[in-house]
Amino acid sequence: MTLPLIIYRSLRQHALSTIITAGSIALACGLLMCVWMVKTQSQTAFTQTTTGFDAVLGARGSKLQLVLNAIFHLEASPGNLAWADYEGIKRHPAVKTAIPIAVGDNLRGYRIVGTVPELFEKVEYAPGKKFAVAAGGRLFGGAADAREAVAGAFVARKLGLKVGDTFKPFHGLAFDEKNQHEEVFTVVGVMAATNTPVDRVLWIPIKGVQTMSGHDAKAATDVSAVLIQLRTASAGFMLDMMYNKQGNRLTLAYPVGAIIAELFGKIAWFDQVLTLVAYLVALVAAGSVLASIYNSMNARRRDLAILRALGARRRLIFGAVVAEAACIGALGAVVGFAVYLGLLAGVAEVIRAQTGVVLDVGAKHAVLWVCPLAMVGLCALGGVIPAVKAYRTPVAETLAPVS
Amino acid sequence: MLAVTDLTKSFVSPEGVRGEIVRVREFALAAGEQVALRGESGSGKTTFLHLIAGILAADGGRVTIDGAEMTALGEAGRDQLRAGKLGYVFQTFNLLQGFTVLENVVLGMSFGPRGADRAQAKEVLERVGLGHRLGHFPGQLSTGQQQRVAVARALANRPKLVLADEPTGNLDRKHGREALALIREVCREHGAALLLVSHDEAVLGQFETRRDFAAINEAGQSAGSPRPAASVSR
Ligand SMILES: Nc1ncnc2c1ncn2[C@@H]1O[C@H](COP(=O)(O)OP(=O)(O)OP(=O)(O)O)[C@@H](O)[C@H]1O
Ligand SMILES: [Mg+2]
Repeated sequence: MTLPLIIYRSLRQHALSTIITAGSIALACGLLMCVWMVKTQSQTAFTQTTTGFDAVLGARGSKLQLVLNAIFHLEASPGNLAWADYEGIKRHPAVKTAIPIAVGDNLRGYRIVGTVPELFEKVEYAPGKKFAVAAGGRLFGGAADAREAVAGAFVARKLGLKVGDTFKPFHGLAFDEKNQHEEVFTVVGVMAATNTPVDRVLWIPIKGVQTMSGHDAKAATDVSAVLIQLRTASAGFMLDMMYNKQGNRLTLAYPVGAIIAELFGKIAWFDQVLTLVAYLVALVAAGSVLASIYNSMNARRRDLAILRALGARRRLIFGAVVAEAACIGALGAVVGFAVYLGLLAGVAEVIRAQTGVVLDVGAKHAVLWVCPLAMVGLCALGGVIPAVKAYRTPVAETLAPVS
Repeated sequence: MLAVTDLTKSFVSPEGVRGEIVRVREFALAAGEQVALRGESGSGKTTFLHLIAGILAADGGRVTIDGAEMTALGEAGRDQLRAGKLGYVFQTFNLLQGFTVLENVVLGMSFGPRGADRAQAKEVLERVGLGHRLGHFPGQLSTGQQQRVAVARALANRPKLVLADEPTGNLDRKHGREALALIREVCREHGAALLLVSHDEAVLGQFETRRDFAAINEAGQSAGSPRPAASVSR
């Protein structure tokens, strides 16, 4: 009752510095938690994003590029494969499903990907989840040259596409207004959201991309990559041997998740830097608690001496100052949670818009309680130095200073 | 009630000279007794009260309050004894500016054995005529009212002994007389002994028992006063 009153009044009396200090702690805490969660959540989300495939077969080149292009619909295609290569792997006994895709066009920056209806009919993009077309639409027909398109949920929302809308694709993966094709496609369906990169794609029959006006006629049967589901895990190593070690014409990216994990390994230094920055910010925040309480110490000396004269023990005075510092830390940590949620929501939205990968904003992680607790602890530690000063304040001299 | 024997205290002046400020061979106060100490500025009155209250540690001698020996205790023990048995009224009031009137009085009780008691704090504040100002901050009160809060704070804990260090020094004559009458009355009601120091004859004149601090304090009498020339009256 007494201690909380003393702390509360002291915080009130120095309200401005309390708010500023708690604010800086909130920022530090929020930033730290956000950096940490984006790091761990994006790693989890990206390595789990396989849209249901075990491997990708593509032109000889970087496996990472292959996966980014074929699964995440980012990056340029490393090159083409002949239709025969697709048919070859499709017939392989270890392969359960093989889906060809062809890229090379976009609609206002969103990729147009050519594929076969099997993708939607056979593949579970996540365990137990199949692609679905939202009510009122349908998949593009079996007719290979149908000028029909199915829009991913995100593209449809961003571009305002509805069933019945028509569009002319633009050439290339990057949007360039001057490079528009003549073909007119009709949107026949909008996909239900999958929270995967597929949401950012406009699907058309693979023939559509292959035979688009202005595309190389010699490549009219080529595909950009083949997405593969295997019957057994061991089959992956066998195919890896066959394509990557013995062959030298094609590249098999397997397993998809491991290749993305490698990417995160390569950019590990980046989040180390971020983490270091966050730690520094936390230290600065704890230092600011120390400084703000220490600076107000001269103004408080008299109050503390009066409390002593009323019979308060040194211990209590010491505890009051440390607890006050901890309270500022706790206040900061609470506000820091709001900062964290805001920041994370923002970052998650950007990642979603850029990659289609959805972070779990509500995910729990030890950092969410370790960080606030550590912050309170650091602040209490910062309060120790002014508390020692308070502890040492001589009562008689402070109450009746000798001139 | 209060017994002081052979109490000594000396300070080292800024020039590095050790000067004895207090040397009191014998001083006593009976329960409920009210005594005024007359002393010149710089004669060591405040130091004497600080020693009795245990705010300062004595160099030697004994201070016993209601059977408990203050001078035998360590700092924490002195704090506890002060919280339990003493009330202190300062010349400068020494109210906690960031706390309300009621909180100031409650804090005056918090550290004692009985602990905080808001009801009693309110009662004492009503007794000094501030029942309607409980939520005010000291800065929102007149000087006379502030001193009344200080009196209420010193007495809320039902102390055995109240020390008052020129409690009317900051008040004008009329308010000074009122404050003094209030302190004496409330002490009498609570059965507390009162030791008041002052150099104001108008204040001293109110007391039946007056003592000269110079007659008690042998340090002040010695030839070649040890007091530094810079000592200024407050
Ligand atoms: N901490 C200290 N260090 C050195 N000298 C001190 C200290 N405290 C008090 N003194 C000296 O002791 C002497 C007595 O001081 P004290 O405050 O007790 O006087 P006083 O009788 O209360 O005077 P006043 O009426 O002006 O309040 C003064 O000369 C003062 O300078
Ligand atoms: Mg004095």
